[in-house]
Amino acid sequence: MARDLFAELKFRDPARARALAEAIRRNVAAIGRPVSVMHVCGSHEQAIARFGLRAVLPEGLQLIMGPGCPVCVTDGPEVDEAVALAAQGVRVCTYGDMLRLPGTARSLADAKADGGKVEVVYSVSQAVELAEKHPGDEVVFLGSGFETTAVATAAIALAPAPRNFSILSVHKYVPAAMEVVASIETTNIEGYIAAGHAAIITGFGIFEPFAARTGCPVVVAGFEPLDILAAIAKLTELMRDERPEVFNAYPRCVSREGNLPAQQTLWKVFRPVTGKWRGIAEVKDGNLDLRPEWAAIDARRRFAIDTAAVRDADAEEEAKGCICGSIMLGLAVPTDCPLYQRTCVPDSPVGACMVSSEGQCRIWHTYGGTPDLRRVGT
Amino acid sequence: MCLGVPGKVLAIDGLNATVDFFGVKKELRLDIVDEPVKVGDYVLNHVGFAIRRIPPEEVKETLALFDQILEITGAKEDLMAADVRGEIAAGKDKP
Repeated sequence: MARDLFAELKFRDPARARALAEAIRRNVAAIGRPVSVMHVCGSHEQAIARFGLRAVLPEGLQLIMGPGCPVCVTDGPEVDEAVALAAQGVRVCTYGDMLRLPGTARSLADAKADGGKVEVVYSVSQAVELAEKHPGDEVVFLGSGFETTAVATAAIALAPAPRNFSILSVHKYVPAAMEVVASIETTNIEGYIAAGHAAIITGFGIFEPFAARTGCPVVVAGFEPLDILAAIAKLTELMRDERPEVFNAYPRCVSREGNLPAQQTLWKVFRPVTGKWRGIAEVKDGNLDLRPEWAAIDARRRFAIDTAAVRDADAEEEAKGCICGSIMLGLAVPTDCPLYQRTCVPDSPVGACMVSSEGQCRIWHTYGGTPDLRRVGT
Repeated sequence: MCLGVPGKVLAIDGLNATVDFFGVKKELRLDIVDEPVKVGDYVLNHVGFAIRRIPPEEVKETLALFDQILEITGAKEDLMAADVRGEIAAGKDKP
């Protein structure tokens, strides 16, 4: 059983965890001033909050989540496209955390409540099975997620698919997320923890130009508590020594060149294009669009998607007091938001960060709302 | 949806594999895995696709890496010793 492998290998060994925390404390003390580092992955935030890792970090180190939730940065008008398709009678399949994501006016959950054919799938291959099962329906897979998930969508695009199956891509690209933060003039982030599973596909070499250009070291991290602490220890060491290098702290999964067959699959089907990310801005090369040669299975080309009937042109999340944009850029934390855990909860989310299990508000809500245990009882 | 989960391959049929995830059996596709997979291997699953065969020797390498990071920073020995000393000291206080 898989459990044996991990129990045997002690990725949660308390003695090592304490020693790594001490290493981090020494590195930060040697830097001699408060510093901030950022990770860009919802799964990292889940591990950090669930295991209370911020509690063992020194006060002088802020560990901040950046735009690491691909569902959260999916823009309202992109959701509108899926809602419009459902309203046209198309069977729309997507991952569970996309269901409640608000469009400019409505979510897919609303469309389903109104009788729309909206189905939650675990994998894009289940969407293909649904297309086979319902030959009379047009079946559209709303594909969300970073390149790790996009590659699965791409593999399906390359495999023989039923004629009634197509793809609506809202996939996003991780390197663009780090560029967004680094391009903010006032950013105080001095080091980055890169998403380990996205790096399985792209390889860690992809971050080297970024580190050289920004002067910020990048450490690729896995998802066990020790993986994350080791990554922070290495990152703070590189910051202390002013070495803007890329270090792979997840060698059991990530290589320099990445998964080459998966990259070939990914780039054969997708191309990076510039597009709007929710609450942030236009992000250069941030979206993954189907290449023109896949027009036959691109829902945007197959259907004339008219979102006029489901769109609220005046929708402004900021007008409702939601600060998701600032949270995703690492400029604020959920507890800074007046709506957090009051009017904005998982059952009736106001902002995208409370919708997805990868969103920071949702994660902090799930793990007690106070993942920074240093603040408990103070 | 972004959760990556490691599991052990129980059976393979073409591009489909049956994989054990902590006691739960699930079908996975092998279209995009980085190298050939055989029964007994560990793979990382992402949305129903194996994206990486996890070589056992590299798992051990990660642990060696943790220790290497600790040795570079010189934190390991004295802190673990401090833990032991702390426990001994705590034991002394007990009636």
